[in-house]
Amino acid sequence: MLTKRIIPCLDIKDGRTVKGTNFVDLRDAGDPVELGRLYAEQGADELVFLDITATVEKRRTLRELVNRISHQINIPFTVGGGISSVDDVSLLLQNGADKISVNTAAFKRPELLVELEKNFGSQCVVLAIDTRCEDDGEWYVYLNGGRTPTGKKCLEWALEGVDRGAGEILLTSMNHDGTKNGFALDITAQLALQLPVPVIASGGGGNASHFAAVFQQAGADAALAASIFHFKELTIPALKQELNAQGIHVRI
Amino acid sequence: MKLAIVKYNAGNIQSVLYALERIGYEAVVTDDSAVLQSADKVIFPGVGEARSAMDYLCARGLDAVIQSLTQPVLGICLGMQLMCSWSEENDTECLGIFGEKVKRFRPEKPVLPVSTDPLAVLTSGPFTDSLAPVAEIPGTALKVPQIGWNTIHSLKTSLFDGVTNNSYCYFVHGYYAAQGQHTIAVTDYVLPYSSALHKGNFYGVQFHPEKSAGVGEQILRNFIEKI
Repeated sequence: MLTKRIIPCLDIKDGRTVKGTNFVDLRDAGDPVELGRLYAEQGADELVFLDITATVEKRRTLRELVNRISHQINIPFTVGGGISSVDDVSLLLQNGADKISVNTAAFKRPELLVELEKNFGSQCVVLAIDTRCEDDGEWYVYLNGGRTPTGKKCLEWALEGVDRGAGEILLTSMNHDGTKNGFALDITAQLALQLPVPVIASGGGGNASHFAAVFQQAGADAALAASIFHFKELTIPALKQELNAQGIHVRI
Repeated sequence: MKLAIVKYNAGNIQSVLYALERIGYEAVVTDDSAVLQSADKVIFPGVGEARSAMDYLCARGLDAVIQSLTQPVLGICLGMQLMCSWSEENDTECLGIFGEKVKRFRPEKPVLPVSTDPLAVLTSGPFTDSLAPVAEIPGTALKVPQIGWNTIHSLKTSLFDGVTNNSYCYFVHGYYAAQGQHTIAVTDYVLPYSSALHKGNFYGVQFHPEKSAGVGEQILRNFIEKI
């Protein structure tokens, strides 16, 4: 049976992991490749590298990083952050990325998804959506790392994105991100049930029960987290053992 | 050991090259028929769409080159599908090395869970024919393409030496090769299908050994060292 996936996310700036980690046993905890490799050895099912570099040097540093990752890591990985063209994607895939994630650029110009699907296939196009539940109880799309509201409903954009070529949705709830109080079950369930493609839940995972809930109650195909792994509040082997004990299929 | 990787218009070829490097082997990526024919082993990888890939191969005569290879050949993912007789993906005639046909996953119509759970109201959402997921556990549905880790079982041939039955491999595909006389591994998703095929010097795997952690490395090693 296809397993539920556990995906650590690494934020990268100028080729280095940011937000900090608690891996004293790594030679260089700031090196995303070394950290990624450690997670792969621990049983992570995929990795997401999110580049938040803002400089003009970004393209080159990201390309070099992706090349190093693909040489050294034996599980699939996704690269995201400021990707806005077929050329950007081509460069990253040529250097060994398995998937790329797009967010703001795809919302501003949805044809980008069509172009990416046509050139590379939907299997490598992940549409990342940052969403916030407003006072009216509806979930809306935010851009630019959550700074810019759009007024567009999350489900509506997700359906359009998949229709245009996204092969997977990475859904981050801004209400839950960083809280460690659990994932956003309702919007994740809406997307998981209405979309024909896998949904990766992100934001709020603090313990194994939260992951179990987002898989069993919301039907997520995968769950992503960052700092709880970086700071060893929850290790991937411990998480997977717990999920397995609860009858959830994971790769152990 | 001269290893050659078939160069064509499909993605993910670089990943295979790097995976070979990680286990200590170098390979050339080439569409030169002489280089392919003189290699000790040939790997035919790929992620992409069947019709455009076949068109590309035929336009360059690579279809006949691959068919005529006599050394061990390993097709990966789309590469394996192209080695079959036909693909439903844009009704494509393929290389016909394996007699098996490639079809699209069609999950059965959903059985909507009846539940008092507050989330159950969401399950009444509209499913179109093309989605047609089937509930495994409440709140989940089978998606197409299959993306992620699944098990391989009923393993045959030395390609799987040292690989435990029900090991996990990484899959990304919306089309599958049916089970047939050449099946040497089976995976279950929607239905049991061929996750590996073998005929003579030709081998094919539907999963991505280059992305399947230690299990994948073992399979690549076996192909190079034991086949």
